Amino acid sequence: MQALFGQLLVGLINGSFYALLSLGLSIIFGLVNVVNFAHGALYMTGAFFAWIGLSSLGIGYWPALLLSPLAVGVLGVVVERTMLRRLYQLDNLYGLLLTFGLTLIIEGLFHHQYGNSGNSFPVPEALQGGSNLGFMYLPKYRAWVVLVSLLVCFASWFVIERTKLGAYLRAGTENPRLLQAFGVNVPLMMTLTFGFGVALAGFAGVMAAPIYQVSPSMGSSLIIVVFAVVVIGGMGSIFGSIVTGVGLGLVEGLTKYLYPPAAATVVFAIMAVVLLLRPAGLFGREK
Amino acid sequence: MSATELLRVTDLHAFYGESHILHGMDFTVNRGELVTLLGRNGSGRTTTLKSILGMVGKRTGSVMVNGRETVGMAPHRIVQLGVGYCPEERGIFASLSAEENLTLLPPVGSGGLSVEELYEMFPNLRERRKSPGSRLSGGEQQMLAMARILRVGAKLLLLDEITEGLAPVIVQALGRAVRSLKEKGFTVVLVEQNFRFASKLADRHYVVEHGRIVDTFAREDLEKSMDKLQSYLGV
Repeated sequence: MQALFGQLLVGLINGSFYALLSLGLSIIFGLVNVVNFAHGALYMTGAFFAWIGLSSLGIGYWPALLLSPLAVGVLGVVVERTMLRRLYQLDNLYGLLLTFGLTLIIEGLFHHQYGNSGNSFPVPEALQGGSNLGFMYLPKYRAWVVLVSLLVCFASWFVIERTKLGAYLRAGTENPRLLQAFGVNVPLMMTLTFGFGVALAGFAGVMAAPIYQVSPSMGSSLIIVVFAVVVIGGMGSIFGSIVTGVGLGLVEGLTKYLYPPAAATVVFAIMAVVLLLRPAGLFGREK
Repeated sequence: MSATELLRVTDLHAFYGESHILHGMDFTVNRGELVTLLGRNGSGRTTTLKSILGMVGKRTGSVMVNGRETVGMAPHRIVQLGVGYCPEERGIFASLSAEENLTLLPPVGSGGLSVEELYEMFPNLRERRKSPGSRLSGGEQQMLAMARILRVGAKLLLLDEITEGLAPVIVQALGRAVRSLKEKGFTVVLVEQNFRFASKLADRHYVVEHGRIVDTFAREDLEKSMDKLQSYLGV
């Protein structure tokens, strides 16, 4: 029983990261119409910024939780303004190629500077230790990750579905040209949306730093699964991303308990089935 | 440019990719006037409205809105000069509720109508305000598309085929709405297939063929030019 709950907790934590990352990807794809392949690299960048901040500047976890996503967001804004923007008139395959190239460059830079080995990031003092729940041991930091991720996801969903700002985003996702013809500065919206989406990736990176090793390849191993999550949930569906992210994390954890060898492939098997039965994804609408 | 001109289009050419759609449009609209663009399908009337807003691939020539040259401006900047656009496909956002659609657009001028005044003008919209845009009937969508540009304080309204496919009773309601807008001093460019609807409202009719203006009829000359006009429109 201990083992089952242990695996489900690991699944829930992975699921939290899937949800945070696929949420950002979905928002970006929805409005900017770019499949941001660099999302994993920017998640890694977020983790590295936190680690560099701590090891060379003495900036702790809490300030990093704010500063690192901010820095990644600014990086995203620069990328959108100087590069991505030029590709909007073209097929969105070009955006995918550009961001794939950026991934290689970003990962290469960190690899060159910091090598391939993982760097550990200490759990902040306030979140060390854990509590025994009887049926399982729950480390405080892991509970924090799940809680905060879900909170951020819910807040994003609320803003998008229930506020004026979100109404702009939804309208722009439907028809950006028309929204601009009503006087809304859609190019600026796209820049800020891209910045916000990648800042979420940076945020996930900082959250992940104390759990996983901070290494240049930490993004690429995660992002493949996240893309599967996005495809299963339905490209561009906000709610779908969150539910599918958490859900698939749990499915992975359950598989690890029931039949460990299949744990790494179960998500892709589900993706194949979903693509066969519902090509637009579980929560997606056919375009 | 004289003080009474709100819109002056001079030698306007518009392109979508390789296709050259407008071939030198020339026309003017004075403040408080209602003019129509008449013509057959594909003559370039919708493209003319889109070109005024900068929604085409490329445009050359001159489009002066309220004394400002807008060729080279981004669409949202042009609209902020006080332009309201009612697209042919109505452009109601399906994922927004009726009221979200109504209040979405940022103000582009002063003196817009309040939501309450708009609900009085279009009572159906009040009942349907919580409904998603995708659930509204064609007539409700059209009223919403009109209402939302009246809220933002636009002075120049570009209305594309607002009566298309709607029941006569709704067409009459829209006719009353457009007439009252004209009385309130709005300037309107109307692209209209329904000539009976347009003829009762307009000060002037421009005939569009192959992407340029080929003829103009003032309202008072309409009676005696009917044969000529009908040959243009092929009715």
